[in-house]
Amino acid sequence: MKDAPTRDAYGQALVDMGADPRIVVLDAGVSDSTRSKKFGDKFPDRFFNMGIAEADMVCTAAGLATTGKIPFATGFACFLLGRTMDQVLVSIAYSNTNVKLVGTHTGLSVGEDGPSAQMIVDIAYTRAMPNMIVVQPADWEETIQATKALIDYEGPAYFRLGRPKVKAIFDSSYKFEIGKGRVVKKGSDLVIFATGIMVQESLTAMEMLEKDGINVTLVNISTLKPIDRDLVIEMASSHKAVITAEDHNHIGGLGDAVGEVLLDAQISRPFKRIAVKDQFAETGTGAELFEKYGLSANHIAKAVKDSLR
Amino acid sequence: MNETHLSTPDIQELEKTALELRRLALKIIFQAGSGHPGGSFSAADLMTALFFGGILKYDSTNPKDPERDRFLLSKGHASGIYYSVLARAGFISESDLDSYRKINSPRFLSGHGHPKTPGIEIASGSLGQGLSVAHGIALGTKLDGFDSKTYVILGDGELHEGQIWEAAMSADKFKSNNLIAIVDYNKVAQDNITKDLKDLEPLEDKWNAFNWDVHRIDGHNMEAIMKVLQLPLHPEKPRVIIADTIKGKGVSFMEGKTAWHGVAPSAEDYEKAIKELQ
Repeated sequence: MKDAPTRDAYGQALVDMGADPRIVVLDAGVSDSTRSKKFGDKFPDRFFNMGIAEADMVCTAAGLATTGKIPFATGFACFLLGRTMDQVLVSIAYSNTNVKLVGTHTGLSVGEDGPSAQMIVDIAYTRAMPNMIVVQPADWEETIQATKALIDYEGPAYFRLGRPKVKAIFDSSYKFEIGKGRVVKKGSDLVIFATGIMVQESLTAMEMLEKDGINVTLVNISTLKPIDRDLVIEMASSHKAVITAEDHNHIGGLGDAVGEVLLDAQISRPFKRIAVKDQFAETGTGAELFEKYGLSANHIAKAVKDSLR
Repeated sequence: MNETHLSTPDIQELEKTALELRRLALKIIFQAGSGHPGGSFSAADLMTALFFGGILKYDSTNPKDPERDRFLLSKGHASGIYYSVLARAGFISESDLDSYRKINSPRFLSGHGHPKTPGIEIASGSLGQGLSVAHGIALGTKLDGFDSKTYVILGDGELHEGQIWEAAMSADKFKSNNLIAIVDYNKVAQDNITKDLKDLEPLEDKWNAFNWDVHRIDGHNMEAIMKVLQLPLHPEKPRVIIADTIKGKGVSFMEGKTAWHGVAPSAEDYEKAIKELQ
């Protein structure tokens, strides 16, 4: 358990598991920021810094995968994915190569570098790719365990990590499993499905709500694809209203993934999505952007109250 | 590994094989009613030498042997010749070719290759990716301590893709001398001649500037092809073989024509072409 950015936990997990000779790590010249450098310092023979050349990097990773390696192709999500949709589709998703794409610096929580560095469409388009699974851990413990799970999982995966420090949510008794959500806190009336940094933000909102006597349920959805359909149905059915929370555009992300499940299962509930409202943000601190663009604990708390009115 | 592929090649025999493979490629493109004859014919002699001249180390009964040499066709649209070669090499059967570009193809003989087909390493169809993938394989086999080589055929139009030059820089950085790129320099792309799209020249200088071991040959001269493919690896540089070729080589009315990039012949043209390919 540790308060730390998920990218830090990723770097640590790579080192923890690095003795496995199948693991190779690639980076696009930002390994100090993504923390893949930790692996590179310890296992230089299996670390390939490809420079600022994401297209080459992800295809090199695909080639390495065909020789039985487990490549972690790492970079800032904006460029790791934004630059390489075609390469990821053909050489990784369609070819079904065992490549783990690790995108750090996602969402508005990136902050001051501005919209060209704030990746808000990555969940949408990796979810849309056949063969691709999508995982976003919420804290240190979950990131460590998810990295290990991705080593064992055979197939293409997108691993979505964040820049800022997040609070510890899970202790070592937590067992991460690909495709499984987890009830973080049990309440009544309303359920929040949150992913990534929004789990922390939702917990803050819930503390505020508790002062007003409102106790809601929080579910962590760390596997965005395949989503834990059974848990979504169970939780939505047993609560009066549903809120989703993600640091991502409201198109194609967690909100849509949950909404699809509910529509398919014909479960009708008041439904609000806490997400970026199909717009580019601006510069500012992550906290300022969360406040201005509707992602902060204040907005979550208000959405809860509005839903229960 | 298939030792029979390592016997001394007979140039005339290889030329005969290349001709047979051209006929087969055209036949399956004709049967499919679509495909890419021009780029299949320009690459035919190069692929014949690789697969049947004892260059490529492979065992078609064990296509995933980790110590095999790898072959990638980055210009994946030349699948007509690729599947014909794979059939002759025994990865698939000649009757499998009847399902080329057809729905429910049991061996997944799609318009562009995919690893569901035995002998194919990676999907193609989007140009510019194959050199990076091949380089990843070269890095992987080196990590495993194998002396495997990785060969990749690139189209000339494909060299317009910036990613090719990213990969060229990478292979130099990692001294990947087990990577051999072959440029099928047929001078013709889809809607125009390559030079008029964007001139690649001076092409040798470009690869030299990226610190590759550069060779230039006539890509239809079997003796020259074999000679360059038999060279020992450079001690540290990746190798590029710029093979001057002719799009549609072997059929007079197809040669050098953009029109024959991506169309199947009519019945009449097919008969005429087959007569020329004897």
